[in-house]
Amino acid sequence: MGTVLLYAALIAGALLSLFPILWMISASFMPTGMANTFPPRLLPDHPTIQHYRDVFTRLSMGRYLVNSGIIAIVVTVLSLIINSMAGYAFAKLRFRGRDGVFRAMSAGLVIPVQVAMLPLFLLMKSLGLINTYWGVIIPSMASIFGIFLIRQYAISIPDDLLDAARIDGASEARIYRSIVLPTITPILATLAIWTFLTTWNDFMWPLIVLSDERRYTLPVALASLVGEHVQDTELMMAGSVLTVLPVVIVFLVLQRYYIQGVMAGSVKG
Amino acid sequence: MSSARARIAAKTPEWRAGRAGWLFIAPAITLIAVFFFLPVGASLLLSITDFDLYAVANPANVRLVGTRNYTDLLQNPTFWLALENTFYFALVGGPLTVATSLGAALLVNAKAVRFKTFFRTVYFLPFVTTLVAVAIVWRYLYHPQYGFLNYALGAFGIHPIDWLGDPRWAMPAIILLAVWKNFGYNMLIFIAGLQSVPEDLYEAAALDGAGAVRQFWHVTLPNLAPTFFFVGVVTMIGYFQLFAEPYVMTTGGPLGATTSLVLFMYEEGFRWWRLGVAASIAFLLFLIILVWTAIQLRLERRLAA
Repeated sequence: MGTVLLYAALIAGALLSLFPILWMISASFMPTGMANTFPPRLLPDHPTIQHYRDVFTRLSMGRYLVNSGIIAIVVTVLSLIINSMAGYAFAKLRFRGRDGVFRAMSAGLVIPVQVAMLPLFLLMKSLGLINTYWGVIIPSMASIFGIFLIRQYAISIPDDLLDAARIDGASEARIYRSIVLPTITPILATLAIWTFLTTWNDFMWPLIVLSDERRYTLPVALASLVGEHVQDTELMMAGSVLTVLPVVIVFLVLQRYYIQGVMAGSVKG
Repeated sequence: MSSARARIAAKTPEWRAGRAGWLFIAPAITLIAVFFFLPVGASLLLSITDFDLYAVANPANVRLVGTRNYTDLLQNPTFWLALENTFYFALVGGPLTVATSLGAALLVNAKAVRFKTFFRTVYFLPFVTTLVAVAIVWRYLYHPQYGFLNYALGAFGIHPIDWLGDPRWAMPAIILLAVWKNFGYNMLIFIAGLQSVPEDLYEAAALDGAGAVRQFWHVTLPNLAPTFFFVGVVTMIGYFQLFAEPYVMTTGGPLGATTSLVLFMYEEGFRWWRLGVAASIAFLLFLIILVWTAIQLRLERRLAA
């Protein structure tokens, strides 16, 4: 009896979690107008891919897909390099001022990003980076959270391993490349997925820094299109599927690394 | 240190490691200093100026105004409304999200359950979706005539509610979306916390004749306390920064019922180009988050003692 109730609750929860996502997919295949009927319909009687065609032709969302892809991939690659170097150094290299710098940086974790956004906009404007990919990319390249994540993991690299390489005459750069990076691969995977998802889904800063529609990322474009096309439910659902699908696929394929990282990071932190 | 000793020191592995350390952190700390800490400091300066559209065109037009932006805000009814809405969202939405997360974690982690990873993945899925996209989906689910929510409630004899059009219901609607979107993340952390509770504590409690409910109160909850505070602090900090949900679903309406502090800041700063005013809103938000986090940490220390 207890087990039956348990499963009933679990399945009800799963349905509630999935329903908005499944309805979005279903409505994106409905003929125009069908999503605005009473009683509401779960499935299209005559599925159509017309809205997906329109999303790429009339709304030119292919361009936004490319913009989002470029920005998310560049941020992910650069932030992996930059944060892993810093995280490793804070964990394993002894140098004067290390702990002070680390403490000062950690204090930044309690400052909401919005506080920085207004002067950051002026800074980007003076650098001529408004309306460019770099304007979105640069502020995300280094992340305090990312450095923390790497540092926490890199602390467990045995010092003997690094010292042995030093005695063999390996340079610090070489030690980082051939010993550190292979050892911390699991946490790099977590950070890569985390960064990709956050950058892809990010809204407020791209909204501020991108004003030319041809540079829009998918979330910014979608928020702008919904104003004009609010009646075109099925079309908007196709646009939403296009926006959500890449991150959902990345997550489903790589979830093992991601979930383990989130769980491990939180428990120790 | 004398120069001779410095030169000898320069040959040592310690010196090499020291130089390497600074080189390794240089790119990250430079970026963080220039594109985060510098703007944060500049923001404080900005908040005591009358920086506006004229200053965006020509910075020579800026004048210092002291604390005027702050005192003006305290007289501005929109600010108080945004403050009230933000607290409404955080104080109701935050605990609701944490409670849902804990409930989901207990269900998924229950011993009798199979397919744990399947349920865990399904519950986590909303968290990875794009907020803007799912906010648009929920807008349609909340539609007073054609939306599924009213249709489902109709089955219980509840009359249609204009979720996003009624000032009384717009914030609850946004809270519901936020709970759905975010509970999965905290759930993972709770599962990790639950799994770290030593099994023999449960066995000992069971030997003492404690049932499932008492085991939950006397074993699970006390051992979960650190996780609870971590999740509570992170969730509240995030919820005080409410922005995209009202931006996409209600643009702050109806009648300002969903205007949050960050949305108010965005409108002042990037719609009306009153960057000085917007910066003072940002700083007040920072202050609120700081005080709130300090209260939570003090509470944690008191309960732990």
